[in-house]
Amino acid sequence: MFEKKSGKQTFRMQNPPSVYAAASIVGPKEGRGPLADYFDQAVDDEFWGEKSWEKAESKFVREVLAKVVAKASMPMDALDFVIAGDLLNQCIAANFGIRESNVPFYGIYGACSTIGEAMQLGAMLIDGGFASNVACLTSSHFCSAEKQFRFPLELGSQRPPTAQWTVTGSGAVILSAEGDGPYITRITTGKIVDMGIKDQNNMGAAMAPAAADTIYAHFEDTGLPHDYYDMVVTGDLGVVGKRILDDLLSSNGIRIGGILNDCGLMIYDQKQDPHAGGSGCGCAATVFAGYLYDRLKKGKLNRILFVPTGALLSPTSVQQGETIPCIAHAVAVENTEGGDQ
Amino acid sequence: MQRVMTKDEYRKYVDKVSPDSKTARNVLRAFMVGGFICVIGQFFLNSFKNMGLDQDTASSLTSIVMILIGVSLTALNLYDDIGRFAGAGSIVPITGFANSIASPAIEYKSEGYVLGVGARMFLVAGPVLVYGISMSIIFGIIHYLLRS
Repeated sequence: MFEKKSGKQTFRMQNPPSVYAAASIVGPKEGRGPLADYFDQAVDDEFWGEKSWEKAESKFVREVLAKVVAKASMPMDALDFVIAGDLLNQCIAANFGIRESNVPFYGIYGACSTIGEAMQLGAMLIDGGFASNVACLTSSHFCSAEKQFRFPLELGSQRPPTAQWTVTGSGAVILSAEGDGPYITRITTGKIVDMGIKDQNNMGAAMAPAAADTIYAHFEDTGLPHDYYDMVVTGDLGVVGKRILDDLLSSNGIRIGGILNDCGLMIYDQKQDPHAGGSGCGCAATVFAGYLYDRLKKGKLNRILFVPTGALLSPTSVQQGETIPCIAHAVAVENTEGGDQ
Repeated sequence: MQRVMTKDEYRKYVDKVSPDSKTARNVLRAFMVGGFICVIGQFFLNSFKNMGLDQDTASSLTSIVMILIGVSLTALNLYDDIGRFAGAGSIVPITGFANSIASPAIEYKSEGYVLGVGARMFLVAGPVLVYGISMSIIFGIIHYLLRS
């Protein structure tokens, strides 16, 4: 019998679903960044014709879902499920964006790890025989995130060097039982890890232990050699978090500094002054749907471990003096269906 | 994982590897911009006094003009750029206080004028008002008691 569970937190797909299509829409800053050519669309201004940033963000969601379905040459009702979430209170960007889709919907919250969580759940629905096609998407918006988590946009305040810039953008993938790859071969579900960091301006440091915990568990559970993947790419650890992750993994015998990368570091140029790097649900989602998916399809990358990372705080928890619990969900995406194990 | 730090060890390690703000540079910028804003204020105060106004009226008018400048620069999407450069230099003067009220007023217009603009306008400035006014009352009482 095919044993799906591997070790403590990892699951192998018996019939690995394909990442059948991917789409990404970003804001103006991302559209001027190093990955600009890989996104399907970059809008000119953060409002995108809407009256509020929240409405704009749900437009990003609505549009990216339409776009990914079009790229898959599928009608919307070919989707068995949509799984989506975002950073806003009660996930209104996702809820209002998916509202008219008429597809069975699961709303989830994983903060910036949402796309990883969605892809894991989508893969399990398909591999478990519950679905043939699942759309997984998420979004974030710089303005709506600042408004909710930090300060009004026009406030003349300074950000410390460890602060990150929330990506304006939405990324979507369609997972399918049909298709010729790239495939989701394995997933490692993260546990909440809280190493006592209180500084919401240093999320990289808060999230790195969660990423280390999940990546370590992945290698322990699977027994894969540490050089198995072409790239191990986290969601938004940024400069500080990436360095900490490398240190934490190295001290536990996993030396992957050479293949370690981070979506938050890829999406912006240093000239754009993102401080420690990009962040937000849309960061990992757009970089995967735009850049990483393209690299996989073209064979420039063949096996990646995609590890979106999330900080599970709220403005209230911060004000109450709480620390920041974090989580990271790993998704192995490979061009070979069986994986190589 | 096998080798795990304690939370204390981790915090110390994070402090070590996290980049610090460039304090010397930031302090210089803050004083330069803060000083410049004060010079502008002084210019207006002197001008009003030269027009024949008494000290109290001239001071009030100066504050009003500085608030107008703060709000205008906020509305023109410029005050946040100044703030990014100047930090406390543009937060501390009265122009910064004006910015701290104008910016949420702009931000929360989408939630309507009552529960949006009206209620949220004091999101940032609220504590300044509460504790500033409370402290001045307390110090006023102390001053009165010491004088009598």
